[in-house]
Amino acid sequence: MAPAPADGFDLEALLARREILLAAAILVLLGTVASRFPAFVGATSLANVFNDSAILIVMALGQAAVILTRSVDLSVAANVALTGMCVALLDVHAPGLPLAVMVVAALALGLLLGAVNGLLVWKVGIPPIVVTLGTLTVYRGLAFVLSGGAWINSFQMTPGFLGVPRFAILGMPVLSWTAVLLILLAGVVFRRTGVGRGWYAVGGNPTAAVYAGIDPGRARFLAFCFSGTLSGLCGYLWVARYAVAYVDVASGFELDVIAACVIGGVSIAGGIGSVPGVVLGALFLGIIKNALPVVNVSPFAQMAISGAVIIAAVALNARAERKRGRIILRPQTLAPRAAGARP
Amino acid sequence: MSSVLQFVPPRETAPREAASALAAPLLELRGISKHFPGVKALDGVDLVLRPGRVTALVGENGAGKSTLVKILTGIEQPDAGEILIGGRAVAFADPQAAQAARITAIHQETVLFDELTVAENIYLGHAPKTRFGLIDWPAIRARSAALLYGIDAPIKPSTRLKDLSIAQRHLVAIARALSVDSEIVVMDEPTAALSHKEVEDLFRVVARLKGQGKAILFISHKFEELDRVADDFAVFRDGRTVGAGRMDEIDHPALVRMMVGRSVDKVFPKGVSNIGAAVLEVAGYSHPTEFDDISFTLRRGEILGVYGLVGAGRSELCQSLFGVTAPSRGSVAIEGRALRIRSTADAIRAGLVYVPEERGRHGAVLAMPIVENATLGCLGAVSRHGFLRAAEEFRLARHYAERFDLRAASLSQPVGTLSGGNQQKVVIGKWLATQPKVIILDEPTKGIDIGSKAAVHALVSELAGQGLAVLMVSSELPEILGMADRVMVMREGRMVGIFDRDGLTPERLVGAATGNAGVAA
Repeated sequence: MAPAPADGFDLEALLARREILLAAAILVLLGTVASRFPAFVGATSLANVFNDSAILIVMALGQAAVILTRSVDLSVAANVALTGMCVALLDVHAPGLPLAVMVVAALALGLLLGAVNGLLVWKVGIPPIVVTLGTLTVYRGLAFVLSGGAWINSFQMTPGFLGVPRFAILGMPVLSWTAVLLILLAGVVFRRTGVGRGWYAVGGNPTAAVYAGIDPGRARFLAFCFSGTLSGLCGYLWVARYAVAYVDVASGFELDVIAACVIGGVSIAGGIGSVPGVVLGALFLGIIKNALPVVNVSPFAQMAISGAVIIAAVALNARAERKRGRIILRPQTLAPRAAGARP
Repeated sequence: MSSVLQFVPPRETAPREAASALAAPLLELRGISKHFPGVKALDGVDLVLRPGRVTALVGENGAGKSTLVKILTGIEQPDAGEILIGGRAVAFADPQAAQAARITAIHQETVLFDELTVAENIYLGHAPKTRFGLIDWPAIRARSAALLYGIDAPIKPSTRLKDLSIAQRHLVAIARALSVDSEIVVMDEPTAALSHKEVEDLFRVVARLKGQGKAILFISHKFEELDRVADDFAVFRDGRTVGAGRMDEIDHPALVRMMVGRSVDKVFPKGVSNIGAAVLEVAGYSHPTEFDDISFTLRRGEILGVYGLVGAGRSELCQSLFGVTAPSRGSVAIEGRALRIRSTADAIRAGLVYVPEERGRHGAVLAMPIVENATLGCLGAVSRHGFLRAAEEFRLARHYAERFDLRAASLSQPVGTLSGGNQQKVVIGKWLATQPKVIILDEPTKGIDIGSKAAVHALVSELAGQGLAVLMVSSELPEILGMADRVMVMREGRMVGIFDRDGLTPERLVGAATGNAGVAA
C-alpha cells in the first residue's frame, strides 16, 4: 500500500546540517579575524593552524570512538606523556634505531595503555570514568618513574626523530599528512566496519546491542584500544613537534580532546557522532587558540571563550536532538527483570 | 502547589450520583485541535466524561489518543477548542494546573524509582510537609497505607520498589496517581503490562474508583477488557471523534469498523500448518532462579505458543535460550546437534534469534537509521573483506521494507521516529536477514494497533509457512488461540503442560496458567 521507503539520506542530511552549522561558525570566526588581520586567513597561516590542530584532531577521533560507546577516556593525555617519554628515552639510549621502529613502539605502547583501560572496563566492570581517572594518574606517574622527573631536551634527541613530523611533503608537514590519513582511516572504521557500527549500536542502546549479538564490553574494549593507539602515536608526534619530553607534557589536554568531540556533535550519552563533526570541532578549538592571540584576547579570556563555546555547542546539540523527535526520555516499563542478564 | 495536596482518604461511600448517563458531565471537551509541524494530531475532537462512569477511548495508534492524554494532563496545550470542567471553561498552562483541576493520569509505562520505598514513590514531588517545611514522614506512611488499602493492594509502604513484582509496581503507580486528590482519572493502556489475573485486580480498582464517583477515561486496545469495564465509549480516528455512545449498545465489529474505517475480518490469518522435522529440542532446561525443567520440541513450520501470567518465567526462558543468561542444567539441540549457547552471538550463529518484548529497550537502536538497524544482526553478510557495503545494506533493508510494507519516509530515518508496529517490522526484519531456523517472538504485538497487529500476524503465519520454527510468547488469549499450533503453558517458572490446538479453550489455558485446573472444561 505505502510506497516503499526511498534510500534517502535524511539522517545524513540532518547531521550534515549540524556539521555545516559548525563549518559556518568557523567561517564566521575566520571572517571576523580576517577583517582585522587579513594575513590570518592566508594559505600558509591556515595550514599552520591545521598543523597546530593535527594532534588534537587525531586524539579527538580516538576519544570519539570511546564516547560513542557511552564511555570516556580521561587518560589520553597521560598516555601521550608516558608514550612520548618512552620513545624519547628510547631515542636517547638507542639513537641508531630507525624511526619506523619508534613509531611502531609508540603505537604498540599506546595500544597497550588503551587495552589496560579497556580490559578494566570490560572484564572488571569498573565505570570508564573511574578507570581512566585512575590510569591517568598511573600513566603520568610511570612517566615520572621512568624519567626520574628529568626533562629530555632537543639536543639529546636525534635530528631524524625530531625532524620527520616537520618534513614537508607537497607543502604540508608530515604531521598534517598523518592527521589527514588518520581522518580518512577513522572515516572508514566508523562508517564501514562492523567494529565501528558496534560502537554506535552499543552507545545508542546497549541492551539492543546485546540482543543483536554484539558484546558491549568488547566494543568498548576495542574503542579504548583505538583511542589508546592514536594517543600513543600522538605521544611521539607531540615530543617530536615540541622537541621536549617531560612528565607534564600535554597536561590537561584530555579536556581539550573531549571538548573537541562535544563541540563536534558527539553525544556524551553515546551513539551519536561523526568523523567530519569531530574534525570540525577540533579545528574550531584550534582556530580559537590561534586566532584570539592575534586579535589581542588574553589567554584567560580565551579559556572562558572556549568554555562558553562548549556549552553553546552542547545546548545546540540538545536542541537538535529534541527537534529530531528522538525518544530520549521514554519512560521505561515497570519491569527491568533483567537482573540475571549480563548487559 | 500545596492547595492540591489536601488529603482525602479513600471513600467507600455510594456514588454521589447514581450511575446514569444523565449525570451532568464532569469533563467536556469541545472541538479540541492540536497541530504539530506537519501533523494534525487532533482535529476537533469532542469527549464527555461523567462521574461514576468509565469511558473507553479506542482508536488505532496515531489516532490522537496520546495527544489527548497530554492535553488533559496539561503537558500540551490545545490550539483550538474548549475544556469544560463542571461546565466551566478551563485552560491548563502546565501539568500543575491540570492537577489543580483534579485530573490525574496513570500512564502505560510508569516511571518509578527502584531504590526508593513504596511510600516515597507515591509521594515523590508532592510530599506532605510539617509546619517547619520538612517532609512529614509519618503522614507519608499513613497516607500511603490508606491509599494502598483503598485499592486493595496488599503492599507495605516501607517496601523498596525493586522488591515488588510488575503487577505490584503497577498498583503503586495507581496509588501514586490517586495520591493527588482527583475527580477525573485517565488510564492510558493500564493493562498493557499485565496478565489475566493482574487485570482482574485492576478492574476491581476501577470499580472502586467508579464507586467513589470519579470519572474515568480508559484507553485500551483490548475489547474484551472494555466490555467488562467500560460504560461509555468514544472512538478516535485520524484525530477526529468518529463515534461515541454506550458500550452495551455496540458490538466489536462495529467498533473495529469505526476505528479503522473498514472492517478487519481476518484478525488472525492462521495458514494451513505444514509441520516438518524437529528443529529445536530443549530438555530439562533450568535456571537457578527463574525457571525449572523445561522440555519441548519445536518443529519446522510450527508455531508453539507460550502462555502464562506475567512473571511465569516465559521471557526469562526465551532470553536464556538466546544466550543472554546461562542455564544451570539442561540441553538444547538445533537440528539434532547439541549446542552450548554462551552468548547471543552463539545463538545467532546457530540460527536461533529472539525478538524481544520491549522494542525500545531491547530490540532497536532508536537513534540509528532503519537500514543500520536492519543489518545489525548480520553485518558479516553485508560486508566484503571486512568492510560494510552501503549498497548491500540498503538492498537488504529495502527487501524487508517492501516485504513488510514498512511505513517510513526513508530508510535513513531513525527507527525512533517510526510507530510501534513499524518498529516491530524493522526488528523482525533484522532477524530474518540472518536467515534463522528458529525465531522466538516475545509478545510480538504488544502495544501496537490493530492494523499493524494483523500485519504482524500475517507475517508470522507466512514465516511458519516457509518452514521457520516459531516460538511465540503472548499474553493475549485470542492471539495464542488463533495463531499457535500447540501451546505450552508456564506457571511460576515451571511447565504446566503442552496443549494441542484442537479443543483448546481460553478457560483451559487460563486454568492451567493460574493453577486452577478445575476451570478446564
